[in-house]
Amino acid sequence: MNFTAYNTIVVKEIYRFLRIWPQTLLPPAISTALYFLIFGKLIGDRIGTISGASYMDYIVPGVILMSVINHSYANVVSSFYSTKFQHNIEELLVAPVSNVVILAGYITGGILRGLLVGFVVAFIAMLFSEVIVQNFTIALLIALMTATMFSLAGFINAQLAESFDAISIIPNFVLTPLSYLGGVFYSVSMLPSVWQIISMGNPILYMVNAFRFGFIGVTDVDIQLAFMMTGGFIVLMTVFSLFLLHKGTGLKQ
Amino acid sequence: MNALSISQLRKVYSNGFEALKGIDLDVEEGDFFALLGPNGAGKSTAIGIISSLVNETSGSVTIFGHDLQKHRNQAKSCLGLVPQEVNFNQFDTVKNILLNQAGYYGMSRKVASARTEHCLKQMDLWDKRDTISRRLSGGMKRRVMIARAMVHAPKLLILDEPTAGVDIEIRRSMWEMMQDVNQQGTTIILTTHYLEEAESLCRNIAIIDQGRIVENSSMSQLLARLQVEHFVLDLAEALTTPPDLEGYQIELVSPKVMSVAVPKTKGLNQLFNYLTQHNIQVLSLKNKTNRLEQLFMDLVQAKTNRV
Repeated sequence: MNFTAYNTIVVKEIYRFLRIWPQTLLPPAISTALYFLIFGKLIGDRIGTISGASYMDYIVPGVILMSVINHSYANVVSSFYSTKFQHNIEELLVAPVSNVVILAGYITGGILRGLLVGFVVAFIAMLFSEVIVQNFTIALLIALMTATMFSLAGFINAQLAESFDAISIIPNFVLTPLSYLGGVFYSVSMLPSVWQIISMGNPILYMVNAFRFGFIGVTDVDIQLAFMMTGGFIVLMTVFSLFLLHKGTGLKQ
Repeated sequence: MNALSISQLRKVYSNGFEALKGIDLDVEEGDFFALLGPNGAGKSTAIGIISSLVNETSGSVTIFGHDLQKHRNQAKSCLGLVPQEVNFNQFDTVKNILLNQAGYYGMSRKVASARTEHCLKQMDLWDKRDTISRRLSGGMKRRVMIARAMVHAPKLLILDEPTAGVDIEIRRSMWEMMQDVNQQGTTIILTTHYLEEAESLCRNIAIIDQGRIVENSSMSQLLARLQVEHFVLDLAEALTTPPDLEGYQIELVSPKVMSVAVPKTKGLNQLFNYLTQHNIQVLSLKNKTNRLEQLFMDLVQAKTNRV
């Protein structure tokens, strides 16, 4: 494996998202601060507790993970699609860089941005909540797996997209609805039974609850199932991404 | 050893268009080779396949003995590509573009830095190393692409219309640079629409048209085939009718400009003797078209007529 090429891609990706920090790191800090202020503080004080936790403490893990999801996805989809659009990808395709290295490099970039944004949002959360992480290993592991999964989703979207419109469809019409309906702001047990059943088909629900379990020890789903489902998606999406790279879909004629 | 061997290479695009119809081509190590053809002939498809940017339908490509299908990474390591269009990250500095490319080829940071400095100095771009690349002029961007392709010291360099759109001064300096690189041992394959460029620089040539190689020989052998050369003569005084000299086809372009088709068997002496005898004073003489251009047009036209 060409580790130098892998390092080069990762460093290039880190440099890219740090260089444009007003677009990549600042907006999640501001928007999540507003979430915590409006939903957590102003409205949350009137809601009371959910599963024994204050409403503010209850939404903190979900908001952090939602940021990880959005930013790991956004990093890879925008970076790889721009690279494809400007034909910079040819620099990699002509060089002795394997598909595994290309994929690993971009996914690592997405994971790092996702986790960095996660830490920024967690820092903002500390200004509003005194929540203490119950199981750091579970929280970090599920955050890492979630970032990996959505980085892969961004990579697949970038490969298949043929226009900038096509890379905004998934975040607007898939990711945002699934995130908001994934139990970020509520417990699934609060829903009518038919919506509880429907919600169980939403993979983000499992990740949010596993992450919340790591934070405050509260969950609506089986933690083992959450890890297995996320792991399964990662394997499937990795195989599909490598298949697309092997075929040269969207990259080669 | 051949720097490049292509055997029965075919490419059929998804819309059914057959861009390459089973071409065979060998380029010797150390050669300066011209790959010419009209627009849409299949040159870019062939280069795309050689440089792993286009998937072939069938056939094989070998670069310095490494089969592109079986030993792709070894084959890629021998190759540098300067594409037609600017394709580097325009928001990156010149230096970073080269350092990243060196990294993709597995070069350590220390070696990459040394090679980057060497290539940028060779291209006269060292003082622009920290400039954001989109701020460079068109000619500089072309030189950045050549420097980038050279950073891993490839044994085979493919230049796909490297001087397209640059002014004559930059073009001439790029010719010198390309000759230097070739003299240092790098095999060069050049595609260009400036046939004067190919004639000046290249020792061997292949002409591709409608997906087939229609000519493949040395430049000198090809030019020797030219039976008639066309010249334009500027005259001191106006003529009303063109001179009538047997064996020469003479036309008046304007009263003081004459076009002459000179057969190789006749030469120019007889023509000038005749003009002197008839008190026709010639001020200057030039080729009507580039010699290779004449042959190129003949070959491509002949092929089109047969089809």
